Amino acid sequence: VTPIQSADGLLARTLREESGLLVARLARQFHDFDLAEEAVQTAVSEALEAWRRDGAPDNPAAWLQTAARHNALDLVRRRSRQVALAMRLAPAPEPDGASYDVPDGSTDGGRTDDRLALLFACCHPALAPEARLALTLRAVVGMTTPQIARAFLVNERTLAQRIVRAKRKIVTAGIALTVPADDVLAERLSDVLAVVALMYNEGFVSSDGATQDRDLAGDAVWLAGVVATSLPGEAEAWGLAALLTFQHARAAARFSEDGDLVLLPDQDRSRWDHAAIAAGEAMLERAAALHAPGPFQLRAAIAACHATSPSWAETDWLQIVTLFEVLTRHDPSPVVRLNRAVAMSQIGPHEVAPSLAAVDELADHLDGYHLFHATRAELLTRLGRDDEAAAANARALSLTTNDAERRLLATRLHRHPLTDGS
Amino acid sequence: MKYVLMFTSRPDLNASVDPELGQAVYKKVYEWFQENGEKFADSGAELLGIETATTIKHGDDGPVVVDGPFNEAKEIVGGFSVIDVPDMDAAVALVKTWPQLELPGVAVEIRPMVEDYSQFE
Repeated sequence: VTPIQSADGLLARTLREESGLLVARLARQFHDFDLAEEAVQTAVSEALEAWRRDGAPDNPAAWLQTAARHNALDLVRRRSRQVALAMRLAPAPEPDGASYDVPDGSTDGGRTDDRLALLFACCHPALAPEARLALTLRAVVGMTTPQIARAFLVNERTLAQRIVRAKRKIVTAGIALTVPADDVLAERLSDVLAVVALMYNEGFVSSDGATQDRDLAGDAVWLAGVVATSLPGEAEAWGLAALLTFQHARAAARFSEDGDLVLLPDQDRSRWDHAAIAAGEAMLERAAALHAPGPFQLRAAIAACHATSPSWAETDWLQIVTLFEVLTRHDPSPVVRLNRAVAMSQIGPHEVAPSLAAVDELADHLDGYHLFHATRAELLTRLGRDDEAAAANARALSLTTNDAERRLLATRLHRHPLTDGS
Repeated sequence: MKYVLMFTSRPDLNASVDPELGQAVYKKVYEWFQENGEKFADSGAELLGIETATTIKHGDDGPVVVDGPFNEAKEIVGGFSVIDVPDMDAAVALVKTWPQLELPGVAVEIRPMVEDYSQFE
């Protein structure tokens, strides 16, 4: 481990824990979310530079807090219209954490509420959908704009403008940094969970090297856990936390040493994180105890079937098909129906042809989706229709943009259907 | 915070609305304004139809007076209100109860009002 990597690892963990809280706290103190977020973002960039140069400080959280506060005051002073406010704030006493330690998560003291309120604001339905994830990554998780741009392979300037627009809207449109009232909590929570799920997916597909200094998928698992523990009565929050925990538990087995994708059937199950899988099962039990089933819980239950099966061959396909049936009632989207058909084809050889027919029915919706064609190729191969399979493979290859997936399809390594993404 | 609510509709879709439903919704609109009276910062206005609109436009040789609304959009603004509520969530919660949202083509735009003119100094 080089010093750079270790400083980055520590910084990444510190940022994940601290930056959202700092943004929330400074936003309250300065009555300006935009300024608070800018101050923390600058502190993050300063930390990246200083820690790589000088090594990590003894108390990284306090270092970051001091830097962010300094930046906030600096920003206030530079905005001439706020001179009066700066004068009032300059001699302000140290905030509530003068002796400030990196938290271990056991003592809370309103910290998760702060972070949760910020998260709800960043995922507000009044913000453009494409801006919500970017803003969440910056404000809540403490990623820098260049890191986000690298992770999503988007132009940094465009991304920065999108974030600035969303931040300004939070301030000017009066989007409050609060956890929504009970009567709209469920609806707003689904927006938040969608952003966290998207964050995991982005981290998952870009995990072959787009961004080495932040573990986006790991950050998403962590954030899903924060949301669930902060709102312990919300079954779907536990469902998402469980789902991402199961998916992430398989991360080590998902790529070969050469960076090639290894699909679920071929994965070395001894490399799965079995402690994480047990944690996922506990989360799923908490969700089930709340008796409010939903799509994330059903997906988590399907992931649990895979995660707890000793091998691909011994997977409980009947159970998975049943879960997909129920999931289709919550979410009748073509992708869910595609996955149900794939699971059905695993029940036995006589199910392959009907599964292909079910897949073909989705052509109108999924013709532009590479996994639709990859699935067709797989089923056609099993039916011995090799020419058609080759054509479907070529189509899948032409549609995928992720390098690892391209290599997988190009080398025709996928001997099994892409059941649940891996 | 003060917000302007702009109530819009699509007259081209009016024919598809069951007249009884239209009547019922109109009655609920009246009740809605009564129930939420304390949230309104002024009386607002309900507007006559776009066939009554006159627009004054920029012209190279000075202002030009023309018949009709300022844009050709299908949506027309039927009225506006100014509300004073704590935050965006309160504005959204109020607007979601706007009775006419039962009718196809109806939309309400929420725009924060400029209250702090120092930002333009």
